[in-house]
This record gives sequence, structure tokens and C-alpha cells, in this order.
Amino acid sequence: MQAVQEATALPKQSIELPEDLAQFIEAWKTKPGNLIMVLHKVQGHYGYVPRDVAFEVAARLDVPLAKIYGVITFYHFFKLRKPGKHQIAVCMGTACYLKGGEDIIKEFETIVGVGLNQTTTDGLFSLEAVRCIGCCGLAPVLTVDGEVFGRVTKDQLAGIVAKYRGK
Amino acid sequence: MAYKHFILVCGGTACESCKSGALHDNLVTAVRQNGLEGSVQVVKTGCFGFCEQGSVVKVLPEEAFYVRVKPEDAAEIVAEHLVKGRPVDRLLYKVGAGKLSSIDDIPFYQKQFRIVLRNCGLIDPENIEEYIAREGYAALEKVLFTMKPDDVIEELRKSGLRGRGGAGFPTWRKWVFSKDVKADQKYIICNADEGDPGAYMDRSTLEGDPHSILEAMTIAGYTTGATQGYIYIRAEYPLAIKRLEIAIGQARAAGLLGENILGSGFSFDLELRLGAGAFVCGEETALIASIEGKRGMPIPRPPFPAVRGLWGKPTIINNVETFANIPVILLKGGDWFGSIGTATSKGTKVFALTGKINNSGLIEVPMGTTLREIIFDIGGGIKDGKKFKAAQTGGPSGGVIPEQFLDTPIDYESLGALGSIMGSGGLIVMDQDDCMVDVNKFYLEFTVDESCGKCAPCRVGGRTMYNLLVGISEGRGSVADIDQLRTVAHAMNKASLCGLGQTAPNPVMSALKYFGDEYRVHIKDHKCPAGKCKALVTYSILAEKCIGCTLCARRCPVNCISGARRQTHVIDLSRCIKCGECYDACKFEAVQRG
Ligand SMILES: Cc1cc2nc3c(=O)[nH]c(=O)nc-3n(C[C@H](O)[C@H](O)[C@H](O)COP(=O)(O)O)c2cc1C
Ligand code: SF4
Ligand code: SF4
Ligand code: FES
Repeated sequence: MQAVQEATALPKQSIELPEDLAQFIEAWKTKPGNLIMVLHKVQGHYGYVPRDVAFEVAARLDVPLAKIYGVITFYHFFKLRKPGKHQIAVCMGTACYLKGGEDIIKEFETIVGVGLNQTTTDGLFSLEAVRCIGCCGLAPVLTVDGEVFGRVTKDQLAGIVAKYRGK
Repeated sequence: MAYKHFILVCGGTACESCKSGALHDNLVTAVRQNGLEGSVQVVKTGCFGFCEQGSVVKVLPEEAFYVRVKPEDAAEIVAEHLVKGRPVDRLLYKVGAGKLSSIDDIPFYQKQFRIVLRNCGLIDPENIEEYIAREGYAALEKVLFTMKPDDVIEELRKSGLRGRGGAGFPTWRKWVFSKDVKADQKYIICNADEGDPGAYMDRSTLEGDPHSILEAMTIAGYTTGATQGYIYIRAEYPLAIKRLEIAIGQARAAGLLGENILGSGFSFDLELRLGAGAFVCGEETALIASIEGKRGMPIPRPPFPAVRGLWGKPTIINNVETFANIPVILLKGGDWFGSIGTATSKGTKVFALTGKINNSGLIEVPMGTTLREIIFDIGGGIKDGKKFKAAQTGGPSGGVIPEQFLDTPIDYESLGALGSIMGSGGLIVMDQDDCMVDVNKFYLEFTVDESCGKCAPCRVGGRTMYNLLVGISEGRGSVADIDQLRTVAHAMNKASLCGLGQTAPNPVMSALKYFGDEYRVHIKDHKCPAGKCKALVTYSILAEKCIGCTLCARRCPVNCISGARRQTHVIDLSRCIKCGECYDACKFEAVQRG
């Protein structure tokens, strides 16, 4: 729903894009099928796809905004809301599920005090469940800001959170 | 300068999470400090497959095999093994009585046969020279200068190679379809979307041997008349993406990709396209839509992509593992490849062996190997001495295989006859603690979540099946539910537009076939024998067995166990969250699960 509202809101004035993003869009502008690659670049830069940037991408690529939001909402990878400074992602692939991935999520929820797909009020941590990250041999597995932790146990989690809190 | 020793450090994602990057750097430093840089080379390779034991380090030529190595062990390995010639005993992988192992003695590797993973763990994947030194790009050269497209097809036909992405379609036939269509442009796509949650064969191949995929795709281009290729890879695989980008750059610089390859007059180039976390995009028509920058929704086939694919042009889509076989087939001949495996399934298969197994990891075995050999000889059996219950192949599209079929030689047909599928190579082992209803619920939650919603049988049927399973797992099931599960499954299988909906009921159907009793116990007795379905489980403490050690009370996360030291403990059921901690903790079997 959130997406629909955002998509129908009136466009804002065009905004400045960071240099490398602007160049990337320019380079990909004429290539067919460029939209998903551009959105990856946007999310890589901001951590999510901000609304005004989506408007800007629509203008620069000359595609309807509805198409952009159609794509963003179809693919799980793209986020519409700003994630926490540190992103905790717990694997819920089959191997990790069998080895207690769900318990890891519950424990994190208690430690950082927010539920799945939410961000702490201080903006420091967000928590999400992801599908297999390909380290099933080390299940259960989680990542914080892309750093992989394997064979984790519940009692290690507080330590992991503390380590990032200071960063 | 000739090196006397090589230290191979696994640089796969699993080992990197065990700090193999720092280990590699420390080894390099230690080698330098000991003045050995002229005689010892430290190489960061792709995945060794023995992920359970990361970080893994191998020293050649002795083949000493070190496991669970930490960055701080680097100095000792160099000082003891390389300077003094005394392998570091405490880090060597040991089998049984503790005999020192060279890699050939390790049961994990003995029954394996490596074609696809031939270079993984042996070469530096970021260095094209190492690939070339192991006959890399020799097949491409042979094809470009000595073979016609029809000769390539003939070798593939003789090899009997079938697609490794799941469906097992003969590769040569797909290539012929595309070759025979006249078109101004054709495309080659490598499907590296690897959607099965709990499988990572393709990721390891791409991380460990990226050039083999580039070489095979170029050969496919030459054979079918395509000049442009795309590798569609999951964004969740950053290391594989990075290594592919490096490989593409190196291949272009070496004249092995791009205009006029090796002066042959044939041109072919490649680009990456990133997936964005949608399982359905592994389906070939959805994948094409995604590369075109659209929502990844499947369309009806035929026409098949080989005839009408990307941007309406003939397009070959093959899986990573399928491609990785091709250079070897063309060098050694289709007959050689066809001599490996079973009557209908040739060559080898890579499996990601995970779950409740001692040696989790990546393995490659000849088709026709039995599940028992894989699980017990290679995998080292079930963890913690527990009892094997079932193995799931094919992930959310596959099914379970129970104990009585462990001796089935695996190939496409035999797994199909058992109600499962070969799938792409996920092999998940379950033990006595895993509940079939719970696992089926997990898979259906996945397929419901990943359904693109385009067609009703999948969208509505999947949800219906999931809701029935939730009811059964919470004690609200009825015997009629089982018939309804079967009816809906049948409809989904027959009427769904794409493979996702058609195969989503498979896990439930196979569990009903082999573990029907477990379903009935949930429904009739409101019990979950494995203790996984929380609504059906209660915990209590037996007074006559409890010695009052307080261990359970200290473990309970919600402090709902009371009792003084040496007094019988009691659980306050109104506050118990059924986590099972007390059950696992008690050493006197006083905590009962019922
Ligand atoms: C829902 C769904 C998901 C799929 N996921 C994958 C995948 O992750 N990787 C893959 O290679 N094939 C996948 N496939 C199979 C592909 O559609 C296609 O058959 C395959 O890539 C063809 O290559 P092959 O002939 O080399 O196996 C999937 C199919 C379906 C229906
Ligand atoms: S079967 Fe499911 S995933 Fe496939 S097209 Fe239909 S709704 Fe989409
Ligand atoms: S099952 Fe968990 S919550 Fe319940 S009594 Fe035991 S430890 Fe406490
Ligand atoms: S299932 Fe968790 S990493 Fe694969």
C-alpha cells in the first residue's frame, strides 16, 4: 500500500544525484533492460530507494514512475524505507531454519527491541530475514552489514550487537 | 622461479566468514618474515567444499590438510611446517584413530569425482593464468579452429549431458533448436539465480572457477550463432559477482572475449545482470522478463526461449553447472563423459550437503552414487549420533526420501520415481528432531511468499495448502484435511502456469506418502512426535527423576521454572513459551515433552 501512495504523490522538483550515480544512469540510459541495474545502484548508494530519487530516475530514464514502483515492489531485494545504520540479516533458508534460525531471530528481537523488518528508534539497527546466503555448511548464519557470522549460538548475539553499537 | 611449496587457502564465502581473508594475509606475512617468498606461494582459491571445517588450508605437495584454521595459526604453520618440515599436528584433519591425512585419505573426498569442481580449491579464481595453466580456454580454441557448430552439438549429444538447473532437458537439443532458427540476433544466458534456499553449488562454482562459465558461454555462442551473453546472478552473491567481473575483464584483455576472439573472426561478449531476490526469476521466461527490466512474471511456453526469448530473439538458457561441464566434454570427448553415470543420467552431480549432517559441504559425485554413500560415507553420518529421518532433494520443488530408499542409485529418473526430483543440487538431511509437518509448512510458506500471483491455482492453492498445514500444526486439523491437501495439490500441479506452482505441492505429497502416520498423529492425537509444533507440545518435570540441580531453571529464558536447590522443580505452564531449553538441558531425563 505504501508503494501505491508514494507512486501517486505529486513529483517534486528534480534533485541533485551523486556524481557516480548520475554517470551510471547516463551510461546505462540507452541500454535495454537498464531499470533493475539502475535501482541496484541507487540502493547501493542510499541503502534503499528514496522517493525523490525514484522520481529522478523516472525522469532521467524516461520511464513511467508506476513502472519503477511496480518493479521495486515485485523484488524483495529493493527497500522503500531507510534501513538502520547496521543491518542485521538472519538467514531463514532451509539449512538455517532446521538449525534454529527462527530462535536466532527471536533472540535478536529481544536484544535490539524491534520486530522483523523494523528499525530501532535510534536508527542504529534494522532486522530482516533473508533467504539462503550460500553458507549453509555453517548454519545457522547471519550477516551484519554484509559481514558473515556462521555457526552462531544465541548467547553470541548480544556480543555481536555490542560490537556494532560502538561502530 | 619455481616454488617448492604452495599454501592454498580457501576463499569461499563460508571460509571468508571464518576470517580466511585475514588468515591469507597473515600467511603471506609469515612467509615473507621467514624469507620464503621465493619458494612458497600462498594462493587464495575457491571453495574446497569442506565448509563444515572452515577455514580450510592445504599445503602442497605434501597434501597436508589443515582444518578450522584461525588467522593467528598462520605463523605456526609457516614456522613449523614450512621452515622445519614438521606439519602442525593439532590442526591436521584427523579421521578415526587420528592418522595424519593427505587429501586422498579423507573419506569426504574419496568417493567424489570432480568435473564441475575441477578447479575449485586449486586455482586462484582471480588469475586467468592459473585457469589457462589447467587447460582453460583450450576447449574454446579447439572449437573455434577445428570444429563446426554441428560437431559441437554431436559431442554434446554423445555426452548425454542434461540440464543441471532442475528439469534435466538434454542440452544438445536445446542448442539445436536455437541454432536452427534464423535470426539477426541470438542470446546466451547463464542462469545463476540459484533460488533453492539451502543450496549453493552454483555460487561456489562461480566463485571458484568463473572462467569456465565464460568459456562455455562463448562456445554456446559460436555453436548457435549468438554474439551476446548475459549472466543473471543473484545480488545476494557479492563475491561471485566480483570474481565474474574480474574474469570478464581479464578475458577481454586476453582476447578471449569481445571482438574477433583469438583472431578467429568470431565475436562474443558478456554482461552481468543482477537478480533482486525473487525465486520465480529462476524460471526461464520470468528470468528473461527480469533481464528486460520488468517484473519477473512467467509467460506460457511454447514458444520456448530457444526459439523466442530475450527481446523476442532465440535464447539459450543454461544453468551454471551445465555450462561448467561443457569445456571438459569438448576436450575429453562426449564418449568419455557418457561413460560416467547411469543409463539415462551421465556425468556427475554437485550437491550442497547440509542439515543434520556431520560434514556439511559441497560435493560432486558420479550419477548413480547412492544416497547412503553420500550421507554416510562422504557426509560422515548424522550429527550428534542421532537417527536419520529423511533427505530432501530439489528444495521447495522436491520431496523427501526416507531411510528405506537410501540405497537407490540417484539419477533423474530414480528420484522422480520416489516422488522427489533431482533439482539443482540441494540435499538437506533431517533427523529425528525434525517434524515433517513443520518442514512442509516451511517450504509452503516459501513458495506462497515467492509466487508471482499471476495464476490462481498457485496463488490461491498454495495459500489454501499452507493454511491447512498451519491448522494441523496447531491441533485444528481433521482427517478430511489430508484429502483436501491432495485435491488442491493435484489442481496446482495440473493447472499452474509455471514450474513454481506446479511443483510447490511436491514436499507435502511426498511427506504424506512416507510419513503419513506423522500427519495423522498431529491430527488425531494432537501430538508432534518431534516436538517442533509448539501448540501441540507441553513440557513438564517428573518429580521422581528431578534431583533439583537447577540447570533447567537457569536456562529458562522466561524464568518460569521454580524450585529450590535439591527440590523438585515445577514449570509454570501459563508462562512457558515452549522453547525446549529445559528439555535439552536436563541431564536426568526429568523434563518430559508430551
Ligand atoms: C520456480 C523455478 C525456479 C527455478 N530456479 C532455477 C535456478 O535457480 N537455477 C537454474 O539454473 N534453474 C532454475 N530453474 C529452471 C530454469 O527454468 C531452467 O529450466 C534452467 O535454467 C535451464 O537450464 P538447464 O537446462 O541447464 O538446466 C527454475 C525453474 C522454476 C520453475
Ligand atoms: S505458477 Fe505461481 S509463480 Fe508461476 S506464474 Fe503462476 S502464480 Fe506465478
Ligand atoms: S520449555 Fe522453555 S519456557 Fe518452557 S519451561 Fe522449559 S525452558 Fe522455560
Ligand atoms: S540456508 Fe542459511 S546459508 Fe543457506
